Amino acid sequence: MAVSAFGILRMKNLFAVVMLGGIYSLLSALMFVNMDAVDVAFTEAAVGAGVSTVLMLGTLALTSREEKREKKSTHTIVLPLVVCIATGLALVYGTLDMPHYGDPNAPVHQHVAPRYLTDSETEVGMPNIVTSVLASYRGFDTLGETTVVLTALIGVLILLTGRRRRDEKEPTLEELEEQEDDL
Amino acid sequence: MMKRKPILRVTAKVFMPFILLFALYVQFHGDFGPGGGFQAGVIFASSFILYALIFGLHDAKLVLPSVLLEVLAALGVLLYAGTGVVSFFMGDNYLNYNSLAHDPIHGQHYGILIVEFGVGLTVFSAMTLIFYTFAGRGR
Repeated sequence: MAVSAFGILRMKNLFAVVMLGGIYSLLSALMFVNMDAVDVAFTEAAVGAGVSTVLMLGTLALTSREEKREKKSTHTIVLPLVVCIATGLALVYGTLDMPHYGDPNAPVHQHVAPRYLTDSETEVGMPNIVTSVLASYRGFDTLGETTVVLTALIGVLILLTGRRRRDEKEPTLEELEEQEDDL
Repeated sequence: MMKRKPILRVTAKVFMPFILLFALYVQFHGDFGPGGGFQAGVIFASSFILYALIFGLHDAKLVLPSVLLEVLAALGVLLYAGTGVVSFFMGDNYLNYNSLAHDPIHGQHYGILIVEFGVGLTVFSAMTLIFYTFAGRGR
């Protein structure tokens, strides 16, 4: 993962960057499987490695394949570097107080989690507690998330199709093939 | 577009039913195994995106016109919110599925199934439509 992340940073060819991004997502999906979060791994593999890679490729087809060569940058890199390092250190300092991973005495495992674990069988009756928490105990949250997805879709539709004229016709497969043959 | 790539076409044709079946499994088995509406919607969408990639956007739109997808996306949210309203009228709290069937456990079961289906519908149509608009712009 780290290798592909650094590759993404250094690369100028955007096609390779998109591909590396897909690899990165797939690797993090494997990581989620390792941590027994199969739901999240599904999502990561399908959205991160699949759909978003395809969307990126679609965007590349609209723009250019190569990153623009920057002129020798005039601004210094000292200040951004200091800000980055300071933020990173602050975040690391913040995690020092957090309980260790999997610690049974962590506050997360003390408050509502035991109730979900013990009572969801009798209250909701679902063997998969993740689903019962998601759809029943936290039904409002999930409703909000679904609405967010719909809102995002509406936003994309307005931004990308708003200005297109109505009378434009999609070229059919045959027409495209003819165009390809002409070339 | 890809007439000269028979391997891709045949592989996509062979794979698509299995991807769709897996998505349905994730959707409706989400209460017993891992998965749920969001995951199922994304997997379902990815199979149609695969179809559109291999056979061209025009053919994909013949199967699933974007107008239909727009309606489906809104319908998913409506289904979710509507379930809450129904439980409202059955004399319970909003989005409390206890009263949807004779006993609370069954009510919860139906409620979660319907709600997850709504989520899956919205996510599926949103993903596919976003892909349509991105892919359709270049032409």
